[in-house]
Amino acid sequence: MSETQHESVRLAPDPSPGLTKVGGDTPAVSPPARRRRRKGIGWPARLEIALMTGPTLIVFLSFVILPVAMAAYYGFFSWQGYGPAEDFVGFRNYLLIFEDGTFIDALRHNGIIVVLSLLLQGPAAILLALLLNRQMRGQTIIRVLVFIPYVISEVVVGTGWSLMLHGEGVVNAVLEKIGLGWLQNDWLSDPKIAIWTLMGILTWKYIGFAVILFLAGLQGIPEELTEAAAIDGASYWQIQRRITLPLLGPTIRIWAFLSMIGALQLFDLVYIIWGQYVAATAGTSTMATYMVANGRNAGEYGYGNAVAVVLFFISLFAALLYQRFILRRDTEGAITGGRR
Amino acid sequence: MAVTAVTGRRAPRRSSRSRKPLDWTDPTVYFVALLLIATMLAPVIYIIMGGFRTNAQITTDPAGLPTDWRTENYLDVLTGGTFWQQVLNSTIVALATTAGVVALGLMTSFIIARYRFWGRGAMYALFAAGLMFPLTVAITPLYILVKNLGLMNTLPGVILPQIGFGIPLTIIILVPFVRAIPDEIQEAASIDGCSRLGFFWRMVLPLAMPGVITVAILSFIQSWNGYLLPLFILNREETFTLPLGVQAFASEYSVDTAKVLAFTSLSMIPALVFFSLFQRRIVGGLTGAVKG
Repeated sequence: MSETQHESVRLAPDPSPGLTKVGGDTPAVSPPARRRRRKGIGWPARLEIALMTGPTLIVFLSFVILPVAMAAYYGFFSWQGYGPAEDFVGFRNYLLIFEDGTFIDALRHNGIIVVLSLLLQGPAAILLALLLNRQMRGQTIIRVLVFIPYVISEVVVGTGWSLMLHGEGVVNAVLEKIGLGWLQNDWLSDPKIAIWTLMGILTWKYIGFAVILFLAGLQGIPEELTEAAAIDGASYWQIQRRITLPLLGPTIRIWAFLSMIGALQLFDLVYIIWGQYVAATAGTSTMATYMVANGRNAGEYGYGNAVAVVLFFISLFAALLYQRFILRRDTEGAITGGRR
Repeated sequence: MAVTAVTGRRAPRRSSRSRKPLDWTDPTVYFVALLLIATMLAPVIYIIMGGFRTNAQITTDPAGLPTDWRTENYLDVLTGGTFWQQVLNSTIVALATTAGVVALGLMTSFIIARYRFWGRGAMYALFAAGLMFPLTVAITPLYILVKNLGLMNTLPGVILPQIGFGIPLTIIILVPFVRAIPDEIQEAASIDGCSRLGFFWRMVLPLAMPGVITVAILSFIQSWNGYLLPLFILNREETFTLPLGVQAFASEYSVDTAKVLAFTSLSMIPALVFFSLFQRRIVGGLTGAVKG
């Protein structure tokens, strides 16, 4: 039986290094179990597989994979969204995209947002998670409260913040009141500041997710390790740096991955706060808002699809690089194939 | 100040601070925590309180507190029909999406985790790759697809794509849960005459419950807050979900800031209630998901 157990341990996508070693070192000690697993499957099992994965596959293929494929197809056409797409233009849409300065700007903004999200949210979230991981009064309440902005919808957040941040809004009024009037700004429309405003809102909105994720990761770290280190005379910060952070590594890397992809796809908040036209002049446009503004809203569906394809390949490229160089040891099996 | 009171109310059952090697003085920790809470909550509180003021008050003194707590903004929104219609639409969409994502995701995770068959790895890789296909990329063709299916301006036109896009994350989270169920349990069940499907219902479903609840909450919140897809699919006001409703309301009553604030704060209540009810489960579920 041990064979199957190790097998399942080895298959888990995120085994801790120790477990992998156990699974890897153990020889197949139980031939019968192994033979049973190798045996072909019978018809009832095949029927079960078909019945239980069929609907999922149908929904997934038709509403996820098919549209993506359609985007790739329509990207080669100049098409206004009605009738069959007949005006084949080859790669012209793609050339236009990369010749368009507004797209390059949007791409640059996305890059800035990716980097700043990681730099602003990551360290802050780790510190907060360490703080909240301590036994303290009101711990539960604090955890809930930190997560609240994440739960509120982007539309509410966007509407609320744009009401608060415009020229005569509450933010400027508060600054005036507490004697920081010189800090008053045109938070939303000044191109030099708008992207920082956006980063502030993004951090406020999404840091809770990072904190909760890290807290979950922290709970998985055995207390014995930190206790042993403490007995050996390690200081609190030594323990965090030498034990907690390395063990939290997989969680941090997964969070960074999710954050990166999310930042590349950013749409809702920018579109709601800045609208489709202002975003470009305020310096907060993203590839996704560019896509909607120049695709659907302009009635150029072929072009919009081409932008979507570019956005997809940029995300995929980033994701694959990340997988290849950073995530690999954590997520054996997730993208690299779950067979093993 | 209200925050302080709430924070202080819950005393921990046991104080194990003595075990912790860190000897920060409590005030520092609580100061940081309070600062954090204030930052997180201030905008929300501002939105809620703004709804209790009049436009004149908001214009003359944006940072002031409500003096006479006017309720007519809230009452107007609550007695108008559109708000409730949108709540209903959002509820239907979120519940149907959640049910679909959980049912389909759990069945498929069970198969991937527990059956060995040709193409299993490919299937897992396919769903995992689905994480790379965000809604944003597919939105334009999706809109065309939904239009061709005759589902424009209908709730299923939002629900079905949402289920499709919710499946990858669900499977990624649930497969480890199902896999973690020891084989011995399955063997014991089969010795006791339980079929594989019976095992699914009687053992997998209850044992994977923490994971199931996590994905259910995540997909509910995601669906409840969804904006891009409804923006493309739902153009008629009676089909609007709450996010679209908030935006429409905000542009329709753009001069009536107080009313917009009231509408906005009312629309965030359901998600907040839902989340506070299940927050323990979210943390627990994520622990399982992260640890694999």
